[in-house]
Amino acid sequence: MITGLEVATITVTLIVAVACLVQVLRDRPVGVGLLVGAGGCELALVAQAVAAVVKLIGGEQAGEPAVFVLYLIASVVVLPIGVWWTLGERSRWGSAVLGVAFLAAAMVVVRLGQVWASAGG
Amino acid sequence: MAETSSGPGRILVTVYAIFAVAACSRSAVQIATEFDHARLAYLLSAFAAVVYVVATVALTRRGPRWHRVAVAACATELAGVLAVGTASVLDQGAFPDQAVWSTYGSGYLFIPVVLPVLGLLWLRRTRAAMA
Repeated sequence: MITGLEVATITVTLIVAVACLVQVLRDRPVGVGLLVGAGGCELALVAQAVAAVVKLIGGEQAGEPAVFVLYLIASVVVLPIGVWWTLGERSRWGSAVLGVAFLAAAMVVVRLGQVWASAGG
Repeated sequence: MAETSSGPGRILVTVYAIFAVAACSRSAVQIATEFDHARLAYLLSAFAAVVYVVATVALTRRGPRWHRVAVAACATELAGVLAVGTASVLDQGAFPDQAVWSTYGSGYLFIPVVLPVLGLLWLRRTRAAMA
């Protein structure tokens, strides 16, 4: 894993998660701002996944390869599914749902880092 | 209109769906790669995964029948997490590896023990609205 990219991804997802919380408190549904935030985070997550796959192909080992790949898949699908699920709820609860999706994405990246590090790589 | 998957229920479904996916993949990997390591814990994890899937599906469906299924799933989950949590505290040897419900879901920020309570409260509220 590329530590800088990992930290950056966790940071931006948590920042947008806080923005979601702000929208919940303001009683606002998901707007363009949060969707742009989701797009930005997704780009970072995809970049990270591509980097990880390149490293895996290059022969570097993750702690538990199967678990690592599952987390990698989860890391890129969680936000698109979260956005899809939030679009059906045009209220503050939609913003809350998106916030949960961002927190889940951040957790997945943390776990990715742990699984990768468990091989000492 | 009493829809269990709208309003705050939307968050409930989101968290249940995350747990369903997480528990399913985790127990699938555990059973496939190291089943003999801790059979009881992994079978319980698999059972938890099924309960999460049932709860997620039931919460997204309408009607009194699905409502009852959702209540049953949440109640099973609560009973399971309390039983497994207590057992894992009393006899740590039986759970060498962290399962979803061991020590009341401490490995998952205690969400497994809080979630069914919120679920049952929410189901009671939506049922009152339905009647």
